[in-house]
Amino acid sequence: MTDHSSDIDSVSGKSTTGHEWDGIKELNTPLPRWWVIAFYLTIIWSIGYWVVYPAWPLISSNTTGMFGYSSRADVAVELANLEKIRGDKMAALGTASLVDIEKDPALLALARAKGKTVFGDNCAPCHGSGGAGAKGYPNLNDDDWLWGGTLDQIMQTIQFGARSGHAKTHEGQMLAFGKDGVLKPDEIVTVANYVRSLSGLSTRNGFDAAKGQKIFAENCVACHGDAGKGNPEMGAPNLTDKISLYGSDEASLIETISQGRAGVMPAWEGRLDPATIKAMAVYVHSLGGGK
Amino acid sequence: MNKTVNPNELKPVDDVGPLYAAHQKVYPQSVSGTFRRIKWSLMAICLGIYYFLPFVRWNRGLGAPSQAVLIDLPNSRFYFFFIELWPQEVYYFTGLLIVAAVALFLMNSVGGRIWCGYLCPQTVWTDLFYAVERLIEGDRRERMKKAKSSDPLKLERVSEIVLKHSIWLMIAWWTGGAWVLYFNDAPTLVKELVTFQGPMLAYIWIGILTATTYILAGYMREQVCTYMCPWPRIQAALTDEWALNVTYRYDRGEKRTSVKKAAELRALGQQVGDCVDCYQCVAVCPTGIDIRNGPQMECIQCGLCIDACDNVMAKIGRPKRLIGYDNDINIHRRQEGKAPIYRIVRARTIVYSAIIAAVGSFMVYTLATRSLLDVNVLHDRNPVAVKLSDGSIRNAYTVRLLNKSGYDRAIAIDVEGPINPTMHVVGVDSVTPDRPIIVIPRDSTSELRLLVTAPAENNPEKSIPVRFHVMDIGLGVAASATDNFVAP
Repeated sequence: MTDHSSDIDSVSGKSTTGHEWDGIKELNTPLPRWWVIAFYLTIIWSIGYWVVYPAWPLISSNTTGMFGYSSRADVAVELANLEKIRGDKMAALGTASLVDIEKDPALLALARAKGKTVFGDNCAPCHGSGGAGAKGYPNLNDDDWLWGGTLDQIMQTIQFGARSGHAKTHEGQMLAFGKDGVLKPDEIVTVANYVRSLSGLSTRNGFDAAKGQKIFAENCVACHGDAGKGNPEMGAPNLTDKISLYGSDEASLIETISQGRAGVMPAWEGRLDPATIKAMAVYVHSLGGGK
Repeated sequence: MNKTVNPNELKPVDDVGPLYAAHQKVYPQSVSGTFRRIKWSLMAICLGIYYFLPFVRWNRGLGAPSQAVLIDLPNSRFYFFFIELWPQEVYYFTGLLIVAAVALFLMNSVGGRIWCGYLCPQTVWTDLFYAVERLIEGDRRERMKKAKSSDPLKLERVSEIVLKHSIWLMIAWWTGGAWVLYFNDAPTLVKELVTFQGPMLAYIWIGILTATTYILAGYMREQVCTYMCPWPRIQAALTDEWALNVTYRYDRGEKRTSVKKAAELRALGQQVGDCVDCYQCVAVCPTGIDIRNGPQMECIQCGLCIDACDNVMAKIGRPKRLIGYDNDINIHRRQEGKAPIYRIVRARTIVYSAIIAAVGSFMVYTLATRSLLDVNVLHDRNPVAVKLSDGSIRNAYTVRLLNKSGYDRAIAIDVEGPINPTMHVVGVDSVTPDRPIIVIPRDSTSELRLLVTAPAENNPEKSIPVRFHVMDIGLGVAASATDNFVAP
């Protein structure tokens, strides 16, 4: 180590660092004092973080810091604040009638925003994130409702479910006419084609409409009505429209008639608070199919 | 000097030497002249605008802020006299920044670091702080003497120091105070601040900006330009051989000697320079450099050395502007006995001016023709289409209507595209099912859920372009947006 502070560059008059490459020496151009001090201060400052915040990993935990800071606790506080901020508005949602909520732009926006989030968390697994449904899971955007599509009917279905086991649940199911031996296989095929004809679909060759109508009248009209228009009291679908929950092709219909259908919608009362269930009803109604 | 070194002879690297450079305090001397006058006027204009602009009023009608320039963060609005900008129009600022950047380049290619020397806040406030210092502690020599003096502090000196820092802090405090006024109604906030009822955030910002102004203009001064600011480095890449910079005109001869000696040498017919080595240019320099060493990164080109030198030249009866705005091309031309040429208009400056004009006029055009009624449409993504029980198709859209004007609007929505469509807006009683009418309050947006239903047999295509027209039914102002109508 040699002291190069005495090695003065003849051109600039400045001292050099002593680094030399092919005869070119690097001038010593040091940083200003305040900069160096600020740099050391930041290092000292950083030690403060170890003391104040969680910093060092231990074998099964970590150092918690002086004030026991945790970002989870922060989230809890933020959520509580959010509830407080929303308090009045959510209360308004709880007291207003369903129809009034839909008429008030501010309440409608709140109900739709709340409903959308809750729908994503609770309903999307079966009904899809946009409520488009799937085979066996109703599309909530269309105007075909098993249990009725008014605001009150939708809310009732959300509250108590269908075949959910809740005391006030919707009951009624499609019987297994084949499995239970009520209808013979050829009768099932005939009535399946009759159901297709109700909604204007093609029927197989040699289909006997009169026989189909007779089987239908003897077995199906109790729930589906004389004209096959269905009955929301019993969750019996309208067989004359263009929408079919389990498929309207012959094979699907035969399966439905022989095996029966009894999809379950859970009851949400007790799991979601009343204001949230109201928001859900308005949200589902506003998807477009509401009556 | 540049002898080749055998790699084996290279000494091991070491880092002995000071880690930091001691600060050389600068004591600029007062000076008078053209450039000093220009700097005083620009300082008055810049600070005048900064400190007083928030108090300028502008009537926008009831319920709207009456401050001419206001950044209303809680309501996400920016007001500038007759212009009101929404957050989504922030691209006007992008245009403004482009114009500002290119204007900086243009200044640089015409007259060097005009920004640094005359307009930069660091320069303006440092200049103001120096003026205060000079007023209280005296000029260069006195200040240097006082700084060097090792006498115990006398009352007079202490009161000088206290007075100087008090005035500095007051200027700094006013600087921070003016800043927060741009974000709130100024008279109201001033009233709140002086009665200690202002928002905590305002006090914090005033504190921060008081501290930065006091430290940057009172202590760090030219070090900000030399060490912190990137612009001295960048501007070197933007200048060219034609740009006029503050230059020592070395074509006016060497050697530099005293007035008397120079006169004697001239009488003998010998070569002698106009510079008399009086060091006035160094004494007045706010960054403490010697301009005669040629262009330097530290030089902010404030022109004060031009004033200082002109005063001396006038006294000794030599031509003025030994230091002046010039370039090497002209120095060489004069050395060769040719007349200097100045090219302000050249490819570089024309291109910069053209960019400024193009971006500027584009901004003015878009601002002047922007619609105060707007509509955005977002098609439902899941499901994209719904089949209804009668077989018709329904598509749902999220429609956002923007009313940027200062009054409520009644809006009618029309759809164009699908055949025989019906429209429904959720939550709105459809008096006219094909033409929903909605009221949007002034200066706000409304989000609607719009359902368009059309018979499948009339619309057999998989996807039909659909156009939404919204119209102010009172004034006839219209806007539209396009999307698609999709079959399942």
